[in-house]
Amino acid sequence: MATRRDFLKGCLAGGAAAATAVLPETACARDTLVRPPEGLGLLYDATLCVGCQACVAACKRANDNPAEFTAMDNLWDTPLDTSGHTFNLIKMYRNGTMETKDSELNGFSFMKTSCMHCADPSCVSACPVSSMQKDPVTGVVSYDPDACIGCRYCVAACPFGIPKYQYDSPTGKIGKCELCRHRHEDGHYSACAEVCPTGATLFGRTEDLLAEAKRRLALKPGEWTTVPRGRLPATGETPEAAAKWKGPVDQGYQAQVGNYLQHVYGETEYGGTQVLKLSAVNFQKVGLPDLPPKSSAASSETIQHTLYGGMIMPIAVLAGLTWVAKRNVVPDDDDKGGQS
Amino acid sequence: MSAHHPAAPVGGKLFNLPVMICSVLIAAMLAILFVRFIFGLGAVTNLNDGYPWGIWVVFDVVIGSAFACGGFSVAMLVYIFNRGHYHPLVRPALLASLFGYTLAGVGVLFDLGRWWNFWHILWPTYANPNSVMFEVAVCISAYVMVMWIEFSPVFMEQWGLKVQKQKLEKVLFFFIALGTLLPMMHQSSLGTMLVVMGPQVNPLWQTPIVPLLYLLSAIVIGYGVVLFESCVAASAYRRQIEMHLLQPMAKIMLGVLAVFMLIRFGDLVVRGALGHALSPSLEAFFFWLETACFAAPFLIVGTPGARRNPARLFLAGCAIMMGGILLRINGFLIGYDTGLGVDHGWNYFPSIAEMIVTLGMFAIEVLAYIVITRRFPVLAREGAAH
Ligand code: SF4
Ligand code: SF4
Ligand code: SF4
Repeated sequence: MATRRDFLKGCLAGGAAAATAVLPETACARDTLVRPPEGLGLLYDATLCVGCQACVAACKRANDNPAEFTAMDNLWDTPLDTSGHTFNLIKMYRNGTMETKDSELNGFSFMKTSCMHCADPSCVSACPVSSMQKDPVTGVVSYDPDACIGCRYCVAACPFGIPKYQYDSPTGKIGKCELCRHRHEDGHYSACAEVCPTGATLFGRTEDLLAEAKRRLALKPGEWTTVPRGRLPATGETPEAAAKWKGPVDQGYQAQVGNYLQHVYGETEYGGTQVLKLSAVNFQKVGLPDLPPKSSAASSETIQHTLYGGMIMPIAVLAGLTWVAKRNVVPDDDDKGGQS
Repeated sequence: MSAHHPAAPVGGKLFNLPVMICSVLIAAMLAILFVRFIFGLGAVTNLNDGYPWGIWVVFDVVIGSAFACGGFSVAMLVYIFNRGHYHPLVRPALLASLFGYTLAGVGVLFDLGRWWNFWHILWPTYANPNSVMFEVAVCISAYVMVMWIEFSPVFMEQWGLKVQKQKLEKVLFFFIALGTLLPMMHQSSLGTMLVVMGPQVNPLWQTPIVPLLYLLSAIVIGYGVVLFESCVAASAYRRQIEMHLLQPMAKIMLGVLAVFMLIRFGDLVVRGALGHALSPSLEAFFFWLETACFAAPFLIVGTPGARRNPARLFLAGCAIMMGGILLRINGFLIGYDTGLGVDHGWNYFPSIAEMIVTLGMFAIEVLAYIVITRRFPVLAREGAAH
């Protein structure tokens, strides 16, 4: 007998299933991940940058990327934004007469655009085939074209608009800065930091870079101070550890302290990034998003794991549904006769 | 309780105008896909670095699969809530779902930039269980298989495979349960895909309860599609409309829709996001358009009298489908902005080629529906029982 009681039972089972299937439980919440202690990164100081684009050229060379022409004469590499073939670009903020560097009004400023190597990367969380991965020691967010299916979810997910797909190719890959990890084995660090003439782009351990950034923020604007170039040695670095890296040491020089905003971009955004930035012009005006300390990967994975962690809930719901369906399914066969 | 309604092939000619039109669209689609696979995505689509996902993902997969929820919505009604009298709606709804999903699965391949690796998504060594996309892909693949199993009695009936059919029917309840769970899982996850995009998605569509909203709306769309499809099938085949079923179903649909609307607005108020709907922006305009489509069915078929009018049922079905389209387009395209337009104001509007491919996929669905309903026992036999 198809009775009202059966129907109510069905409603309860289905309703409970639907309700539990969507209510996130705090028990499964996953916190925002933090930077690995030995994580590597870059410090970009917009007040030291002179906009020479040497880092852009070096990045192209280090990653075997072709030039991109947007001007009439096709003489120079002139990418308009980062792309599948341009992993690093210096962008410019301009206002009014553009008279003063690092001034928001009637001024201009530069900003480096490249992967931030997030502590809790959205791209890694999004990628269905583990093509984007975060190294547990160096924290470098790497890309593996042999795994990638080209779905571009990482592109949509990254809050900095960093991974880019090569739409011009039938076998396009995702292009993005991997902190020059392919050069690390031979002792070469990031090409962009290696060639930067002013030390505006500096390579090192993120923790050391963060300390250096805070040191600069604590100084008085206009004061003279020593700023390092190339690679920032770790505090108390042993000669053996230092010997891992090629390139001249002690490239520091005297520079004037910039008129910084009191904020190290990347210290807390989305749980922190391994690439840090200093600027005198509002970070949103130079193209960096305003992000909360909680990463969206944490929100997304909390929902995902609440719903599917250990597949316990789906299996429980399935058991309920099976039970109800078994009572309600009557074979289509005409000879069985109806019963409703 | 289901035995009163034997289904039967509609019969009739296979070559008529709709079939011709569908064939032309499918041919055009194949030509465009040829170019896409030789020269790359950029050659035929307007996709760009600011809008990596276009209508092939948002329309063909996110919306297409929601439209294919008719099978799941009706099966849930019949088998889970034990409303056996809706049984005649199961097969046609399931058929539409079967093709909707199978094609969504195939359509994904066109959009994958590295499509030859597609199998990685189902391969354990590559799997990333943290990825919502991974979950969606696994569920959709499993659901497509389950639906073919659920639908196979139709073929067995036609080909006289009685023994096999009886064997299958002994375990069919399990597949029906699975066929209810899987779409619940991935329809909610289609919404969750937005969560990792964080502040790039407008707060009107970026919410932690987005899985619930997508699930409820998918169920409502499922009923809307059944209304739409029953009316179209009835008029195309000059059959009687199954008003005795559609009327009460429309009422159930309104109930779920009311719950959806309450949660939708409750969430906006609680998160303090309603302000975004009052600003003079494109996003706000589309938000109200979406809301109007979801609210319209209450006006169109809100009273029992109105529900007796087939034209109104048809319109209500259309409004629901429109609302569902907008909820998804708004989240993934209109309300999506990288916010990094300092040097580049990114824009996306689908190219003609992209639209033809989407139309071509739709044409395959229509064509398959015509061929199968004419040759296999899907629709209830005319005049039987009622
Ligand atoms: S900046 Fe973007 S691409 Fe780089 S790690 Fe973060 S989310 Fe990934
Ligand atoms: S495009 Fe490739 S790397 Fe990016 S999410 Fe998809 S599979 Fe992963
Ligand atoms: S670290 Fe290497 S890949 Fe990354 S921006 Fe610098 S040069 Fe380019």
